[in-house]
Amino acid sequence: MKIYKYGDNVDTDVIIPARHLNDPDPKALASHCMEDIDKDFAKTVEQGDIVVGGANFGCGSSREHAPLAIKASGVKCVIAKSYARIFYRNAINIGLPILECAEAAEGIRPGDEVSVDFATGVISDETQGKTWQAAPFPAFIDGIIQSGGLLKSLKARGVAK
Amino acid sequence: MGMTMTQKILARHAGLSEVKAGQLIEAKLDLVLGNDITTPVAITEFEKAGLTQVFDRDKIAIVLDHSTPCKDIKSAQLCAQARDFAGKYAITHFYDVGQVGIEHALLPEKGLCAPGEAIIGADSHTCTYGALGCFSTGVGSTDMAAGMATGLAWFKVPAAIKVTLKGKLRPYVSGKDVILHLIGLIGVDGALYQSLEFAGEGVAELTMDDRFTIANMAIEAGAKNGIFPVDDKTRAYLEGRVSRPWEAVEADGDAVYEREVVIDLSALRPTVSLPHLPSNTKTVDEVAGLPIQQVVIGSCTNGRLKDLEEAAAILKGKTVAAGIRCIVIPATQQIYMDAMKAGYLETFINAGCAVSTPTCGPCLGGHMGVMAAGERCVSTTNRNFVGRMGDVSSEVILASPAVAAASAIAGCVADPSKI
Repeated sequence: MKIYKYGDNVDTDVIIPARHLNDPDPKALASHCMEDIDKDFAKTVEQGDIVVGGANFGCGSSREHAPLAIKASGVKCVIAKSYARIFYRNAINIGLPILECAEAAEGIRPGDEVSVDFATGVISDETQGKTWQAAPFPAFIDGIIQSGGLLKSLKARGVAK
Repeated sequence: MGMTMTQKILARHAGLSEVKAGQLIEAKLDLVLGNDITTPVAITEFEKAGLTQVFDRDKIAIVLDHSTPCKDIKSAQLCAQARDFAGKYAITHFYDVGQVGIEHALLPEKGLCAPGEAIIGADSHTCTYGALGCFSTGVGSTDMAAGMATGLAWFKVPAAIKVTLKGKLRPYVSGKDVILHLIGLIGVDGALYQSLEFAGEGVAELTMDDRFTIANMAIEAGAKNGIFPVDDKTRAYLEGRVSRPWEAVEADGDAVYEREVVIDLSALRPTVSLPHLPSNTKTVDEVAGLPIQQVVIGSCTNGRLKDLEEAAAILKGKTVAAGIRCIVIPATQQIYMDAMKAGYLETFINAGCAVSTPTCGPCLGGHMGVMAAGERCVSTTNRNFVGRMGDVSSEVILASPAVAAASAIAGCVADPSKI
């Protein structure tokens, strides 16, 4: 498990540059993920790694390709100080786990061993022996996550046919 | 407790008499939009979920504007997918090459957005339509798919920042300078999860095209939406465009705002945003002389007729400096035609500009003006992120059409009042 730590205002243009949006296959997107700010990311990222960001993570374009690229890279979850609102919606709608916790985003160091309990929102940095509590999801949003995404939740309610 | 314009519109669309900031609601939609990059992803999700019905074929707009006329085979494939879907579900408002314009200039022009309506679009600059006093916001492709299937979207009711405008813009200062100045003041996440509600006597001084430019870049301050009150200029714009009934919404006198920002329009100078954030603003005087290789005049932010008029007024009888590529892109076919009749296109071509058919193209580094390593562009677009318009080491300076035109002539960042 590795930590990839970035600063504030990581925008969706650097998560997945527009020149690669002509192929929305998640694996193709993942092969270019983060390449404009971190050339090594796509080469070294493995299943279960964690991305840590600062404030306003995912700002800019509404491209859902951004959370799709991160998810298809194998990243287990994103932890950030705050999220741009469209990225936040998109991550929930496609099932990329995201946690909002300024203290954890600040405290976690690259190289730390970190585990996350999604049921409780507790983030544990085993290297530093610290734990943090992420903001819980509102029940409405948790319902979408529990249904397996937005479209499944709408189908289950019978409003989407 | 009083409500803001945004809160009132959301309450009505959720069938509630009142909503409060932070409340999660499900709202009925008047329009669902997608483009050639986001619609294919929405279609894939729509089909993967086994959906077979759209909620209302008259309330969906699919606009092939980003990579068109298609820049490569993969883009052509995505357009084909969107075209097939639009055909299969008989989508009324489907716009392809020849009719297409940049979505956020096209939809208002076609009368698809009216005051008091609720609109989502799978494009972050969907917030543009707030200029007409409607609630409109950008979402992702899955939200678009859900919107197409159900006509519904969930929202967290936003708190608001009241932006009070007073005074009157001086020559060579336009809506772009207003919004860049505001983003510089509050930052790229200054309005995160909030609405920007414009008010004050200064609103009446702004043209509709200025209001579209300002609302367009609300997202660049992190806002969910930007919204203007409806006045005589709005009504004049809607005349002949919107025939269905609509109702303007006003903020309550006791509406609650998180904060108020006051901007004196008469004090604004031409403003630019240096790389790599729209909030990195300077007045043009502070950075005049910075060398450039390219100028782009166009986009959903500044590709409207007034923008072209302002650029043409500066370029008339002048020549683009040696070594500068100046690309002008009218945002819609109608604007292209109007600019042709007004003589602006002739002015641009005589000055040595390239004039393109409507496309988002260079704004997102797609095509029609992608930059090489180390190049710098003065652009009337909306984002100057790392690598936005080409190579990772290329740079974008955001500016108004007047500053862009002046810079094209000078060959460097230039003050339009000094050309």
